[in-house]
Amino acid sequence: MIEQISNYIIPLLVLIVIVYGIYKKVNIYDTFVEGATESFDMVFNMFPCLLGMIFGINIFLKSNVLNYIFTILKPAFAQLNVPIEIFPMMVLRPISGSSSLAILNNLFASYGPDSFIGRLASVIQGSTDTTFYILTLYFGSIGVKKIRYALWAGLAADIIGIISAILIVNFFFGN
Amino acid sequence: MVNKIWGFFIVIGIVVCILTGKVDVLNNEILESTKSSLDMIVKIFPVMALWLGIMNIATESGLLNKLSNVLSPFLKKIFPEIPPGHESLSLIASNITANMFGLGNAATPFGLKAMKSLQSINRQKETASRSMITFLVLNTSGVTIIPTTIISLRMMYGSTNPTEIVFACILATLASTIGGLIIDRLLAKRR
Repeated sequence: MIEQISNYIIPLLVLIVIVYGIYKKVNIYDTFVEGATESFDMVFNMFPCLLGMIFGINIFLKSNVLNYIFTILKPAFAQLNVPIEIFPMMVLRPISGSSSLAILNNLFASYGPDSFIGRLASVIQGSTDTTFYILTLYFGSIGVKKIRYALWAGLAADIIGIISAILIVNFFFGN
Repeated sequence: MVNKIWGFFIVIGIVVCILTGKVDVLNNEILESTKSSLDMIVKIFPVMALWLGIMNIATESGLLNKLSNVLSPFLKKIFPEIPPGHESLSLIASNITANMFGLGNAATPFGLKAMKSLQSINRQKETASRSMITFLVLNTSGVTIIPTTIISLRMMYGSTNPTEIVFACILATLASTIGGLIIDRLLAKRR
């Protein structure tokens, strides 16, 4: 059901915008081109920030430091009844969208999407976003350098999302 | 802050790689990251141009204003610093709407435009304004109602009920959004 609905969203959205534009007698094509031109500036401002972030994050990930941390934290996770397999995802979700998606893929492949781990991973992925990426992109594109408490607030939202995902999945699908 | 974290990532990464004898991996990765960032830009760029174009039509026709009118009671509460009727409110509204439907690709350009507009009413151009941070929190907490990517991945791996997680996702998103906004408020007051 939802799958079918979501297939319609984008085409319908475009249709509504175009039809409403015609109805309001907007020069739709010219307006479209004018708007699309803005993307050049945005991409130019964004690229150095994105490059820097990907560079730093990839080097960090390659060092496997996270693996050492997993080993230390394993007993604590067992205590809390949270599968340790989910831990890489919890840590990487705010840092890197593509690696957390890769982990989601792996978890689905090894445990199946309908397992407890699969469901928990789905909800974590769905209820959080890549804070570092958004931070880099959004502040980079407008040249803001002092981000004040933005990182803490963003990470707090992620942590709350992950904790509530654990509680909610335990409640709905727990054994 | 970002300066410190960036430095931390690189120093720790390189030192640990050297200590564990993975210098060759490291060399490869240093070059590889330039390639992956270019790949990313190449992927985002055309999608952004497309949505910025479509959105410009929605702005010109006044459709975007209608949307922000619907969301404005809610937006007024969480963005008290934005003057009523400012264009950034309708841009924020469009970003939130796109995020709700899981249209991440469309949400990003809307969000970038919203940031640009927030920057125009920001007094210190190099410092993030309070509204910008609140907006960022809304985005990082993810306000997705229909997580399209996850549903399609679950289908791909043969889930018997790919959409069963939707309700749980909505609840968790709600919790992280509300929690994030509260913490944002607290941090904003502290400074």
